[in-house]
Amino acid sequence: MEAKLRAVMPDRDLLQLYEQMVLCREFEESCAEQYTKGHITGFLHLYSGQEAVAVGATHALHGDDYILSAYREHAQAIVRGAEPRRVMAELFGKATGICKGKGGSMHLFDPALSFMGGYAIVGGQFPIACGLAFAAKFRNENRIAACFFGDGAVNQGNFHEGLNWARVWELPVLFVCENNFYGIGTEVHRSSALASIHKRTCGYDIPSEKVDGMDVIAVYQAIKHAAEWVRENSRPYLVEAITYRFRGHSMADPGKYRAAAEVELWKARDPILTFTKRIIEEEVANEDQLECLKAKARVIVKEAVEFAEQSPWPDDSEVTADIFVGEQEVCAWR
Amino acid sequence: MAVMTYRDAINLALREEMRRDPSVVIWGEDVALYEGSFKVTRGLLTEFGEERVKDTPISENTIIGVAVGAAMGGLRPIAELMTVNFALLAMDQIINHMTKIRYMFGGQVNLPMVIRAPGGGGSQLAAQHSQSLETYFMHAPGMRVVVPATPADAKGLLKSAIRDNNPVMFLENELLYNSKGEVPDDPDFLLPFGSAEIKRVGKDITIVAYSRMTILALAAAEELGKEGISCEVVDLRTLAPLDTDTFVESVKKTGRAVVVEECWRTCGLGAEISSRIYDGCFDTLLAPVKRVSGLDVPMPYSRKLEKLCIPQVEDIIKAVKDVTAQKY
Repeated sequence: MEAKLRAVMPDRDLLQLYEQMVLCREFEESCAEQYTKGHITGFLHLYSGQEAVAVGATHALHGDDYILSAYREHAQAIVRGAEPRRVMAELFGKATGICKGKGGSMHLFDPALSFMGGYAIVGGQFPIACGLAFAAKFRNENRIAACFFGDGAVNQGNFHEGLNWARVWELPVLFVCENNFYGIGTEVHRSSALASIHKRTCGYDIPSEKVDGMDVIAVYQAIKHAAEWVRENSRPYLVEAITYRFRGHSMADPGKYRAAAEVELWKARDPILTFTKRIIEEEVANEDQLECLKAKARVIVKEAVEFAEQSPWPDDSEVTADIFVGEQEVCAWR
Repeated sequence: MAVMTYRDAINLALREEMRRDPSVVIWGEDVALYEGSFKVTRGLLTEFGEERVKDTPISENTIIGVAVGAAMGGLRPIAELMTVNFALLAMDQIINHMTKIRYMFGGQVNLPMVIRAPGGGGSQLAAQHSQSLETYFMHAPGMRVVVPATPADAKGLLKSAIRDNNPVMFLENELLYNSKGEVPDDPDFLLPFGSAEIKRVGKDITIVAYSRMTILALAAAEELGKEGISCEVVDLRTLAPLDTDTFVESVKKTGRAVVVEECWRTCGLGAEISSRIYDGCFDTLLAPVKRVSGLDVPMPYSRKLEKLCIPQVEDIIKAVKDVTAQKY
């Protein structure tokens, strides 16, 4: 018997989770539209279907806990507090983008939010998360590093090196696997000897658990427990969130490796739909109130697109700027 | 001034900077309890403790990646790779991450970190432990590449590297560890990057070299001086940034150049330097630039064969004589 929503968190927070999931979905679907119009180019990996993971997990972390992710990270950046319009401008390659148009969809970053980056080499974020956790521990900061990655990343050497290192050095890293079952088109059973990913940590003496990644409340509770454990013990922990992406790997992927029935089965478990149902059943809010929040999200995304469209392209002088910090140049966040 | 070895000069630079700045930390395989494979980190664990001097698993990519993260998080890590050959296991973090992060994140973060890596051939360690990979690092934008030839340069450049807010690849030459020289005592003795040094003044020909090749070039110049050929030896000291002005001005003066590189010849850094010489002083060149390079083979073990693969003093002498003999 699952707990009543109000037993988990106050109404205001419940509605915030709803609002964030809806915002992420609207943002991603708008990205798809802008991609087909040619306004967004390059690689574009959308998060639709996986919202409960980013939203539930981020809500369970402290605001200054580090977050690192892979290349499907728009939602993680926005939920952490990145302005949707500056994320959209980044996707458009504009000067007003969150990384001045130099990173694009796969490399969002904002140190002021402790959002330490989207990384596009599969598994590249594991050692970096360990390093941030080490720095935090060395400096006696009460924060942890949350390292998000996909099921495809667990067969990289970095995963095994990172888990081992985090345990040996006793680092406060929370590893969060978003298992959506496919590394591009290769299903997890075809690539992993042990497809139940959380079980792999036993080789590194790291506790782990599996959670329903389509249930925002379940994710929140699991991550809250895990993050507290990591903070208290200054040791790593791994959570495997079982989730599903509704779209292809990227916009270039028609997704022919998945049966239509399989996709439909998962769409019936859409984290926004199921959470909507619970909110209404438990009378946290009514349909009109939720529709109002949805409309608000649409306005934010519409304005983000307008902002990105109207923003200037980067100046040509930017092409060689930012490789090195000069003697006189002081980085803003240091 | 004190006379000390290249190894001790590096050790002293590490100590001084760790005393000066508590955010400087060092880690690598066997750097702490074992005091380093080449004993460069001798005494550091005793003086600074296990929080700042740390042994690591044999996971080279993660050794570098943890330094990247720690640098982002406000520390000044020094990551030691036991030898530069193992950098090839860490190229993902070095090239895909360390050199890219500042740029691709729009300049929002600095990576004040140093990678120390001993390398070079000549110790009969065979193909997998004798490589000179400096060109690999020089090729990628986003890091400094430092190649000191003397104990004083090693100390001054390493101290600058640790204080720099950018990633630095600090390449030590294993055969130089026991070489001795005078080293300034000043704890603020710093040498700038991108500043080559004319280590011997001459008028007939310029020899451009770096790291141990500078030592060989100076020995060759000494011999050639006895035969009446006056060589100017330019020690690059850093490959990135590359001080083009100093060697181009020198070649403008002498009209001739030999470039010495320990790395493989094909696409080696000598090709880049030669190209810059042609760009900068084509009109005043009296002869084509000649390169003395490592042989394009995996390093053999046998002493007799190994010697054929690494530039020798006599190879430099021969190249200089060839170039100075040409009249155009």
